[in-house]
Amino acid sequence: MDYIRAFIVGGILCVIGQILIDKTKLSPAKILVAYVTAGVILTAVGLYKPLVKFGGAGATVPLTGFGYALAGGVLKGVREHGFLGVFTGGVTATAAGIAAAVFFGYLIALIFKPSDKS
Amino acid sequence: MAKRVGRYTIRFEKAPAIKSYASIAGKKEGEGPLAKEFDEINTDSTFGEKTWEKAESRLQNNVLNKALQKANITPASVDIVFAGDLLNQCIGTSYGLRESGIPFAGLYGACSTMAESLSMAAVFVDGGYANIAAALTSSHFCTAERQYRCPLEYGGQRPQSAQWTVTGAGAVILDLNGNGPFIREITLGRIVDLGIKDVNNMGAAMAPAAADTISNYFSDTGAKPGDFDLIATGDLAFVGSELLKDLLKEQGIELKANYSDCGLMIFDREKQDVHSGGSGCGCSASVLCSYILNNLCSGNFKEVLFISTGALMSPISIQQGQSIPAVAHLIHISNRP
Repeated sequence: MDYIRAFIVGGILCVIGQILIDKTKLSPAKILVAYVTAGVILTAVGLYKPLVKFGGAGATVPLTGFGYALAGGVLKGVREHGFLGVFTGGVTATAAGIAAAVFFGYLIALIFKPSDKS
Repeated sequence: MAKRVGRYTIRFEKAPAIKSYASIAGKKEGEGPLAKEFDEINTDSTFGEKTWEKAESRLQNNVLNKALQKANITPASVDIVFAGDLLNQCIGTSYGLRESGIPFAGLYGACSTMAESLSMAAVFVDGGYANIAAALTSSHFCTAERQYRCPLEYGGQRPQSAQWTVTGAGAVILDLNGNGPFIREITLGRIVDLGIKDVNNMGAAMAPAAADTISNYFSDTGAKPGDFDLIATGDLAFVGSELLKDLLKEQGIELKANYSDCGLMIFDREKQDVHSGGSGCGCSASVLCSYILNNLCSGNFKEVLFISTGALMSPISIQQGQSIPAVAHLIHISNRP
């Protein structure tokens, strides 16, 4: 049942992305940034955590989940370090994700070359 | 010696002759409706090179050599070459023609480069400034993505409304004497900007420029659309070509079945998933130097109007919120001198 819920939540988030690409003039980069920002805002107003509880990885893996991690990290940082936590909290919480993205992105770029689209 | 006709048109008294021409197309173009017309189809879009930019240079080099081969002359006989492409500083062209040894006049007209370069070559030949002149241009899907949108390495998704930049090139060699086809008249275009800001709708941005140049030609010369076997625009694609017909209708000029657009001719929109159609300098260039000139040589077409259209924005002007100015250059090619 967990898997099905993850599939539905993750799928819906991706469908929204596809609709944005097909129906709006937003570039993929703008859509991704919008997703991160949406994740932060939805977490701040308390709407994203329930979605994570329901959908698990289906809510944490898409980029809205990154916004959720950022927002959660800031909240934790402020609780532990006060005002400084506004600046340190977000990146601390997402450090593993960022490092992994850089590392694996670099590794893949070393191994693979893009080919033409047909 | 040429003379000016009306306000914008130049008529050559002794029409420069097309000594030879060549076209090279990529994989997708080679799977399209014009596959049999191209001199060469290369399904490997790297053209044997390590970067896409070098591939485009190789493409230009190859198409020039092919045209020279068909004319049975060496680069040393060519007095000047007019060429350009879509890349920053037109590096596809300069690196591609680096070894040719031909006096080089690089130019930028975006997708109007084929008509622009061919016009310049015709003027030089007609004026006696060149015995033999070459005009060529190219575009490459991968370099255009990096130039105007994102590099392929980025892995971004393309919206359905985007046009598909043609991987292709065309080259024409002009001589004062020959059996044709012949360049009879040219009408160089003015920059027209009606405020379109949408890069996904470049056809709409360029249609007004095409309408301006085409109507200038007809009013300068007194010719009518029905006088031509084919009137072909460069890459207005579906939306742009419909808009062009409407704009010209408002001026009393009706384009009928003899009108087509190279961006719509080079791909099969139904089968090839190129939504709006083809674009890029190589679009009008490769269609001209294959289907259009093939039919002029065979006599299927006797009079053709070839209009390349170019959108003159850059990624920076778009990011700064500016609209898209466009230009269209017209060439009247005939199979009679």
